[in-house]
Amino acid sequence: MSAATVGVEASSLFRYVLRLADLSLILGQRLGEWVGHAPALEEDLGLANVALDLIGQARLLFTYAGEIEGRGRDEDAIAFMREHTEYVNPVLAEQPNKDFAQTIVRQVLIDAFQTELYERLAASSDERLAAIAAKSVKETRYHLRYSGGWLIRLGDGTAESHARMQAAIDRLWPYTAELFAEDELDRTMAENGIAPRLDVVQAAWSQRIDALLTEATLVRPGERHYAWFGKHGQHSEHLGYILAEMQHMQRTYPGARW
Amino acid sequence: MNSHSAELVDPVPVAWNALAAVEDPEIPAISIVDLGLVRFVRRRPDLTLEVGLSPTYVGCPATEVIRQLVESALTAAQVGEFVVTQVLAPAWTSDWISPEGRRKLELYGIVPPERTTSSLRDVVRASRAVACPRCHSVDTESVSEFGSTPCKALHRCRACLEPFEYFKCI
Repeated sequence: MSAATVGVEASSLFRYVLRLADLSLILGQRLGEWVGHAPALEEDLGLANVALDLIGQARLLFTYAGEIEGRGRDEDAIAFMREHTEYVNPVLAEQPNKDFAQTIVRQVLIDAFQTELYERLAASSDERLAAIAAKSVKETRYHLRYSGGWLIRLGDGTAESHARMQAAIDRLWPYTAELFAEDELDRTMAENGIAPRLDVVQAAWSQRIDALLTEATLVRPGERHYAWFGKHGQHSEHLGYILAEMQHMQRTYPGARW
Repeated sequence: MNSHSAELVDPVPVAWNALAAVEDPEIPAISIVDLGLVRFVRRRPDLTLEVGLSPTYVGCPATEVIRQLVESALTAAQVGEFVVTQVLAPAWTSDWISPEGRRKLELYGIVPPERTTSSLRDVVRASRAVACPRCHSVDTESVSEFGSTPCKALHRCRACLEPFEYFKCI
């Protein structure tokens, strides 16, 4: 564990790092479903590359989580061998790909979130987390350039592409509330200088998203009541299907290696 | 490992020489030293040699191959006991590619990266004109932000119509 992390219980830090890791893992797994199915070869490459970066980030975070926990679990043990309710990613990350519009909107919302979060986590009092965030933010900025570019092109595109993008943003918007819903764990991390305050992240995220939506001629939906909390292990039915596929090999052949 | 030879000669320059001959597995034109992946070579107080390696992208599959190549090169160079450490901070940047490395990339047909900018305003729609490595026209277009490896993007020259790769700037 990082020597800098004083004043926080290991179990709390573990849970926090796991949230970051699960977001990248589940989104990366989702994007991987596009391989061989994307609308064009370039997008097949693009989505696969983003997925690869996300899985890479998740690996670093799972490895760190395993060290904090101190029970000898490695990245694979934590990534693959947990139950549905033990995953703590926001529900937005597990939303199905549906069409390219839904995938791009989900990506923009999360890329902007990760960029604003990692930007600040790079100054974390936890040195290891700061290093992982500083490395990862270079990648998430690039992801946002890609997804943001498509948001603008398709939003400000044909009547059909505009309508699909607006439908996607209307459907996915309510799930963004969870990204910024601060709980006890978030507060503890912020008070100890490990993580930024979520209202600060939200303000920066909101500004960035508004600018993108305006350029894309899309309308920001109004806020609605939201009650899903993936970060507390409460998930939509979609996560179960992701895990069934992702965990199949490990469950069938426990401990299998390449 | 040959600890005998390690006592006779300083293993640090020997190791640097060996590492300078390790080619990037995805872009064999350029060595890992030219790419700026080798962060340090130093002797620990117990005389074990420590080599610090940074990944270009955290998910890059070449990272583990590079580590194996480094271990083989150091063993072959007989530098004695050594360890290879992953260095995440400060994060690798394409600015660390050496002038020699940039020259080699260009000769290989890959356009070397721009210098990075710290401005977040440049994040979306930041693409500047990239000159074609064949005919040097700046009348080029981005085909894809992503290419055959995590570190490259795809472009096309409108003048000579050839596609080419651009080393991403991060």
